[in-house]
Amino acid sequence: MIRKMGTRKKRRMAVLLACGLGLGSATVLTLSAFRDTLVFFVAPSDMASKAPGPGRVFRLGGLVESGSLRRGMEDSRPDARFRITDGAATVEVTYVGILPDLFREGQGVVTLGTLERDGVFHAREVLAKHDETYMPKDVADALRKSGRWNPASGPPPQAALWNTLGAAKP
Amino acid sequence: MEASSTLAPTPATTLVPPTAGGRSLHRFANPGRFLRIAARAQPWLTGVALAASLVGLGWGLFWAPADWQQGDAVRIMFVHVPAAWLASFGYLALAACSVASLIWRHPLADLAAAEIGPVGAGFTALCLVTGSLWGKPMWGAWWVWDARLTSVLVLFFLYLGHIALVRAFDDPVRGYRAGAILALVGAVNVPIIKFSVDWWNTLHQPASITLTGAPTMAAAMLWPLLMVAIGFQFAFLALVVARLRAAVIERRMRGLLMARAAGA
Repeated sequence: MIRKMGTRKKRRMAVLLACGLGLGSATVLTLSAFRDTLVFFVAPSDMASKAPGPGRVFRLGGLVESGSLRRGMEDSRPDARFRITDGAATVEVTYVGILPDLFREGQGVVTLGTLERDGVFHAREVLAKHDETYMPKDVADALRKSGRWNPASGPPPQAALWNTLGAAKP
Repeated sequence: MEASSTLAPTPATTLVPPTAGGRSLHRFANPGRFLRIAARAQPWLTGVALAASLVGLGWGLFWAPADWQQGDAVRIMFVHVPAAWLASFGYLALAACSVASLIWRHPLADLAAAEIGPVGAGFTALCLVTGSLWGKPMWGAWWVWDARLTSVLVLFFLYLGHIALVRAFDDPVRGYRAGAILALVGAVNVPIIKFSVDWWNTLHQPASITLTGAPTMAAAMLWPLLMVAIGFQFAFLALVVARLRAAVIERRMRGLLMARAAGA
């Protein structure tokens, strides 16, 4: 009787394990098959291979290139021209409208729009993508003053560096 | 006595579990013992939950420094991130109960799975709402269909489906079995949530706190965040234990009423 209970539990465990393995591998296969298409945005260096043709809407993401931002006015609406880069390639972008508060040079952004025949990406929506670093203002200022980080050039240095910086300051 | 109780197969309908095998697991399956332990633990769970949550939230919302680029909006993190952790933790707990329910037919695990569902769904809803409130001022959008946000929305629907399914059968045991299968199938979503920000391009940023690397967050923000996380973790436990105690007592009362109705 005791042995029978044990074997029944073992069988249930084996069935569950087999189902789990089957489901797990099916999910892994599905996700790896969709890996290239499950992207929220396309990076500038992938534009040649992944971007759809002219006039088709897609999302372009990357960092706003340092020194590329030009703000202007068009029919009394704010107008911005900037370049999006991922280090390997760069795309010229125009946008008419109000940019999000976090928008700045060196910031990650995701834009929705179309690539026109002139090679310029016409964005109709710009979202700011903030990174995973969180630091107080005085730490960011200290990093900038010490010349260890320029926010316009990209992401901040190693956290270990500025965590000790913040602790040493007060 | 011991020998006769191990030899006699226990009917599945009673709450007393078989003592053969898995003895350590079944020690807590006795509902009477569970009620005694839970009644003693409840004030501590609730107390730590309230104290740590209030201290952590006060610390995070009022004393912690503002972020250099997000300003005061970063304070939403002190609710959003612990809620997101608990949403995933709750689903893992639900999956663990489902395994215990399917393999060992553990009666307390059935009840626990049914009671974890609404609590986990609540934390997931809190995560989604605070995330949306944070996304609008920072990203410029209430919602986007990137992999992280979509997989958390799927988690919320899995919780809702589980809540509905375990209560949808006249025979509760059938509901528990169906719910356990749904919970285990849905468990593949948990690693997808965790790694979605690394596998795909997402608008959502990757994790700041990882097991392998140093956190990319100033210590003055990290401590209140961990404090709230401890508070929410205890709040989750306190809520589930309170609901589970009520469920055990309710089940006992139903048994007594049915026995009385059968006798009359």
